[in-house]
Amino acid sequence: MFRSSQINAINILLLPLLLIISISIGAAAFHWSDVFSNSDTRSLLIYSRLPRSLAIILTGATLAVAGMVLQIVLRNRFLEPNMVGATQSAALGILLVSIWFPQATQLAKMSCASIVALLGMTLFLFLFRRLPPHRQMMIPLIGIIYGSIIEALVNFIGVETNTLQLLAVWFAGDFSAVLAGRYELLWLTGLMALVIYFLADRLTIAGLGQNISTSLGINYAQMMWISLITVAMITAIVVVTVGQIPFIGLVVPNIVSRLAGDRLRQNLPSVALMGANALLVCDIIGRIIDPPYEIPVSLIFGIVGTMIFLYLLFRKPTVHAT
Amino acid sequence: MPSPRSGARFLGVLGILLIIASILFMTYGVKGSWDFVLQLRGKKLLMLLTVAYAVGVSTLLFQTLTHNPILTPGLLGYDSLYLLLQTLTLFIFGAVGYASIGAFTKFTIEAPLMMAASLLLFRTLTRNSNGDLARLILTGTIFGVMFRSFNSLLQRLIDPTLFTVAQTSYFAQFTSVNVSMLMIGITVMLISTIWIWRMRYQLDVMMLGRNASIALGINYPRLSRNILLWIALLVSVSTALVGPVSFFGLLICALVNACTPSMTHRLRIPAAFLMAALILVCGQLIFEHVLGMQGVLSVVIEFCGGLVFLWLALKRQS
Repeated sequence: MFRSSQINAINILLLPLLLIISISIGAAAFHWSDVFSNSDTRSLLIYSRLPRSLAIILTGATLAVAGMVLQIVLRNRFLEPNMVGATQSAALGILLVSIWFPQATQLAKMSCASIVALLGMTLFLFLFRRLPPHRQMMIPLIGIIYGSIIEALVNFIGVETNTLQLLAVWFAGDFSAVLAGRYELLWLTGLMALVIYFLADRLTIAGLGQNISTSLGINYAQMMWISLITVAMITAIVVVTVGQIPFIGLVVPNIVSRLAGDRLRQNLPSVALMGANALLVCDIIGRIIDPPYEIPVSLIFGIVGTMIFLYLLFRKPTVHAT
Repeated sequence: MPSPRSGARFLGVLGILLIIASILFMTYGVKGSWDFVLQLRGKKLLMLLTVAYAVGVSTLLFQTLTHNPILTPGLLGYDSLYLLLQTLTLFIFGAVGYASIGAFTKFTIEAPLMMAASLLLFRTLTRNSNGDLARLILTGTIFGVMFRSFNSLLQRLIDPTLFTVAQTSYFAQFTSVNVSMLMIGITVMLISTIWIWRMRYQLDVMMLGRNASIALGINYPRLSRNILLWIALLVSVSTALVGPVSFFGLLICALVNACTPSMTHRLRIPAAFLMAALILVCGQLIFEHVLGMQGVLSVVIEFCGGLVFLWLALKRQS
């Protein structure tokens, strides 16, 4: 067993290293020595490379945190925003608002996406309640199918309104279009992650169930709603700005809890840092595999993440102290 | 307990409905040259029937093999596996070499690969799930996602400019017909019919479970391997013709099971084919010719099939 502080130390060392690599590579030539002498290089850094790397860090960190929150409050190791219909509902929300109000601002689209994502997750919870909690594998399975039903609905609307091209952007996340001025909403997800950090202990208690949390003086329904709303907002903002990136929210919290146990508050920084690092690595791989073209990071994470997920499904069950 | 006679009546009704639907499909709203339209629609009708057979029968066999009414090969990632193998051969032969070999050669390369790979996949799935159905399906679904990711990675590495063209194979398409592939599909369909028809009683016995079948003198390992090989071949046919359809087979088998719960394979196999064909032909007729919507049938089927899956899964739980 590692301590969270050890994992954090490794991740904190890795992060600047990966950040430097992430900024250095890309289609246009970039040399660190020119940053102060050449104005083109400087604007490349400020308007393209730095925003992109920051967006990756924010997305990776907050999606991992969102996954962890879902896993703790719904008490299932195999859940993430993708597997409770949040991502797909968020896409449905933006699609509807783009069709009805094409002039809407990014913020308005994001709010609409969050609301629909929240509705989608609430509907999933109704299905969830019907399942006995000991059927651990049944819940993510139902979630995946539920998500694919919403996705089919979105595709149907997309085909009928000739907006399939927009959908491709939301259903396959990558950071190639991130520039200064087009990613700043992501800072809101960072804010959400902070909210979760401050509520961490209460969320953990809410995860123990309605009876226990009530007797410990925690407002169960309130905590449930707060966690759902934060997850919905993180998912919606990510879908609006970069698209869907599956498996981070599932894989990263699982790895951290394997290494350091299940302590939401202590593990949150580790989860966030590891999420950021994992996404940076995958984005770097996607950019160096076939230059000057780039492979979307969601694809790289789809391969890496599914492999880790399959491993998690089949490993020997370990005993966790909860 | 429905008698064989009521089963036969059910088949008869389905058959008559299918014939009516087919006639309507061929003739509805025809303007201008009949020769041209009939030829075009005839091809499409043949394709729908072949796909209906491939999907309906492969799912039915799969459910017999796994003794489970909520499984379909598509749900366990079989069709994404076929797409991956297709891209893999494209990758090895190169885009030019691949285009120059005919559909028949392609299929003779890809189908055995698919059969071998699906044996391996099925073994992995069943060995590791330890009888836990949910874990089995979850694993299969994740395998499917992994195959799709690998597939699109390879497609991007082949030729970025052709990427969007290649991406169309993600969605099932019932609108375009590949004639040489259709010929192969019909051949596979006819040969498999002979085999399945000869095995119909053994399949009934298989429904009783592994131990009972062995006790009754069935060579269980051999029969299940053969079933699996036919499923792989049929999935290859349907995926090559229209693309991946995860829930269609499930929808069909759920309908067949709901209509006549205790039928034998002698009746279930034709019923699955007729039901699938009826849905595809009617759906295509309504969406393409009446509503004028192209290519949404597969999306609607996925939607309904997904709902049916949720319903079946939740019903089993409670």
